[in-house]
Amino acid sequence: MPPRGNRLLYHLHLDGPLLLGIFAILGVGLLALYSAVGQNGAMLTSQGMRILAAIAALLIMAQVEPGLLRRAAPWVYLAGLVLLALVLVGGDVGKGAQRWLDIGVRFQPSEILKLALPMVMAWYLHERPLPPSAGTILVTMILVLITAGMIGLQPDLGTAIMIGLSGAAVIFLAGIGIGYILSATALALGSMPVLWYFMRDYQKQRVLTLLDPDRDPLGTGYHIIQSKIAIGSGGIFGKGWLNGSQGQLEFLPERSTDFIFAVIGEEFGLMGGTAILLIYLFIVGRGLFIAAMAQDTFSRILAGTISITFFFYVFVNSAMVTGLLPVVGVPLPLVSAGGTSMVTLMAGFGILMSIKTHRKLLAR
Amino acid sequence: MSYTLSIKNHWAEQQLFFRRIIWSGLFVVILTSVVAGRLTQLQIFEYEYFSAQSQGNRIRLQPVPPTRGLVFDRNGKVLAENLPTYQLELIPEQVPGVDDALAALVALELIDPANIDALNERIKSSRRFESVPVRLRLSDEEVARFAVKRLNFPGIEIRARLIRNYPHGGAVAHALGYMGGINAADKESLNRANYAGTSHIGKISIERAYEAELHGAVGTQEVLVNARGRIMQVLDGEPSTPGQDLFLTLDIDAQLAAIAAMEDWRGAVVAIEPSTGEVLVFVSTPTFDPNTISVGLSRSQFRALQGNPDQPLFNRALRGSYPPGSTIKPILALAAIQDTNFDPERRIMCRGYFTLPGKSHRYRDWKRQGHGMVNMQDAIAESCDTYFYSLAVDMGIDRMQMILEQFGLGSATGIDVSGEKSGLVPSRAWKRRAFSDPGDRVWFPGETVITGIGQGYLLTTPLQLAQAVATISKQGRRFRPHLLRAIHNPATGATRAISHQEMDPVPDTNTEHWNRIIAGMLGVMSEPRGTARAVAKGAPFLMAGKSGTAQVFSVAQDAEYDSEAITERMRDHALFVAFAPIEDPQIAVAVIVENGESGSGVAAPVARQVMEAYLRNL
Repeated sequence: MPPRGNRLLYHLHLDGPLLLGIFAILGVGLLALYSAVGQNGAMLTSQGMRILAAIAALLIMAQVEPGLLRRAAPWVYLAGLVLLALVLVGGDVGKGAQRWLDIGVRFQPSEILKLALPMVMAWYLHERPLPPSAGTILVTMILVLITAGMIGLQPDLGTAIMIGLSGAAVIFLAGIGIGYILSATALALGSMPVLWYFMRDYQKQRVLTLLDPDRDPLGTGYHIIQSKIAIGSGGIFGKGWLNGSQGQLEFLPERSTDFIFAVIGEEFGLMGGTAILLIYLFIVGRGLFIAAMAQDTFSRILAGTISITFFFYVFVNSAMVTGLLPVVGVPLPLVSAGGTSMVTLMAGFGILMSIKTHRKLLAR
Repeated sequence: MSYTLSIKNHWAEQQLFFRRIIWSGLFVVILTSVVAGRLTQLQIFEYEYFSAQSQGNRIRLQPVPPTRGLVFDRNGKVLAENLPTYQLELIPEQVPGVDDALAALVALELIDPANIDALNERIKSSRRFESVPVRLRLSDEEVARFAVKRLNFPGIEIRARLIRNYPHGGAVAHALGYMGGINAADKESLNRANYAGTSHIGKISIERAYEAELHGAVGTQEVLVNARGRIMQVLDGEPSTPGQDLFLTLDIDAQLAAIAAMEDWRGAVVAIEPSTGEVLVFVSTPTFDPNTISVGLSRSQFRALQGNPDQPLFNRALRGSYPPGSTIKPILALAAIQDTNFDPERRIMCRGYFTLPGKSHRYRDWKRQGHGMVNMQDAIAESCDTYFYSLAVDMGIDRMQMILEQFGLGSATGIDVSGEKSGLVPSRAWKRRAFSDPGDRVWFPGETVITGIGQGYLLTTPLQLAQAVATISKQGRRFRPHLLRAIHNPATGATRAISHQEMDPVPDTNTEHWNRIIAGMLGVMSEPRGTARAVAKGAPFLMAGKSGTAQVFSVAQDAEYDSEAITERMRDHALFVAFAPIEDPQIAVAVIVENGESGSGVAAPVARQVMEAYLRNL
């Protein structure tokens, strides 16, 4: 029997440390968001509603036994692909890209695939000996390319890259040989010019802007310049909550969504920025621990991929906001205002908890 | 099958997975350290730089324009003031569709469709976050009309601004000038820092001549702005210093009387206080509305004003050059009296024409049948041309040039507004300079004859004539005409009076000489055959005056006028100069009515009304 204090968590199939980390991030996120939206209570309430919906998704997914999830994986994946195809044919256009599907509620099918792709890959690898054979690797890579390609066509470069990275994480965790990894890295570097050729103009602009933000200070470079000013002027201890002039006076664009990390950096300084990175590190670490403790290939790979993908989000967003990576539309997980990605992320954590808690049941 | 394989490799696979998880963890820690390192770089090592950037972003130093000084007449009546008015202003970056918004404003009848192009140009040339006025001087009703639909116009707001207002409109326009937008030429001569917040500048006359006094000194304020340039908070600042108030020499009642008397005519009226040179009346008609000009005319309105054949923008009082006609006869008579051989009482026979010795050409008198036997006083009063033809020939052009120049004709008076014309006093030297054909470069006797009645090459401005008649009234003492009487500093409360400037007098101190020509000018108004006796009837003061008519030599080349208009513009100009009261001169007036034909019939009544309006208040 688990300790008494954890009895409720135990019955709800929840993991205490992971939940603690998640709530810490959500708390900090709400503080930052309240400042970023200019103390707009209504905005905060709607974000609160999204968090509640996301917690519900976490609770539901935590109850789903991993075996059931494994058996459902190929069907969920196929359904996701179909929805994605529907979006390409007749989705709503938002900010120059077709990402939204309106079926009662507006949502982005690419969010489903963020979970469905690792699931279907883990399902496929579950039945195969590891490290995977060349043929197995090929099949998994095709799955990754189809999914990322369709999302890239929307066009949604950010999500396509993130999906691609999560696919790479699956293959890495499956135990692919070091030779493959090195050659894949070489291939990726070599294909950059080709990728450049296929990129849309605005995507090229973002890359060029990263290299030299001042080439267009009022256009594409504006985001990076203002974001770096916000973070840099925060100093060690920050300007204080609600006192960040860059954010409060609206110099910082998209401060409540993709650039909220700059608000944190400005108002809470190096201390706050590092602290939030450490909390993220704790969540990822706990996820990797759960993956290491998992008992079957499907659970291990899925748990590991969810954790690593989550980290990718944190890294890409913070690197983009600090000017290390080009501006790709990747939100800061659990903090940026926005609907579907929050639900997806929390559903992923629900799966992690399910893997953790159902393992114990299984062992008993 | 796969189940047994899985069992067989279970331990090895788990070990492999453990290693991969450890690698992943390492990877995660390294990448997190990269971001943390980047934060350290930005927030510690480059803190100073970004902190300065952030300050520059949000704190802006803004100019606070000073309030322009007021302008009063000599009795403290307001001539120019600053009125708070409501105007529509548009901030381009906050307006979703500028074209649609302007079209909607046209539909509300708030802006004139003719101005759309100019507005678009102005909006395009200003910065995206700067407020652009799209309509000035909204009436209360228009403010209400906009306010109801306000929500349909994001980025367009009603703002209260101070606007220059001239309560007497066109009546003082030529003396006061008007305000206009600062143009490229203005910018070169301006202290740009002091005009940082100022959009308009005095364009002509007083508004321009005393721009430095009227403008004041710019203030500053430190403001907190947001990314859209909107002021969130005023942090600190230094207030502006308001401009100084001007008291002019003008008498608005006399000025309005002149405007009323000149209502149907083109011409000019200038009145001067003889003992100081203070300009009491400064009128040029037709005039224009400085209030609408200051707001900014549309291109078509401006073209209409410029193309108007009556030339309302032309300052006739300052720049109109007219032959003085008979109005200079008293001056020539003074020159004659100074000659000891000349007897002013001697009568000569006027048969209605004059001929040069040995020539047959007849120089006609305005009175065909002649004036009969006239002495000098009669000749002034009746304006006998024959007498002055003869006088001129006896005197010669050199002597005439001398006396005319002593009265200030032929050179600018030096009044305190710019743009003055100097007129022309012809001479032998001038003819040598001005003409290229050798046959034209000599002075002909016939030219002396017609100069004797103020015709020929002689040109004077109304301002010069007013000063000349003022000089007669003061028996040769001359004062520089000026429009500014005092400057009042509203900040300190101090008032500084402008001192009068006496000019070189006419060198004749013999009172008897002056009394003789003044008696002739009194005769104009009072003797049975005086040309303007009808005008003096019933006047509560004694006037001395002299009428004149000047031939119009040429008609402007604009051939569009119908024949009736051409003949109207061929008519002689009517002139009249006068001063009053004769025993203690308070006002000297010069009136020119273009194509008015009769100096005594048309110009003289104007002079009387102006004098009466002024003397009534003394």
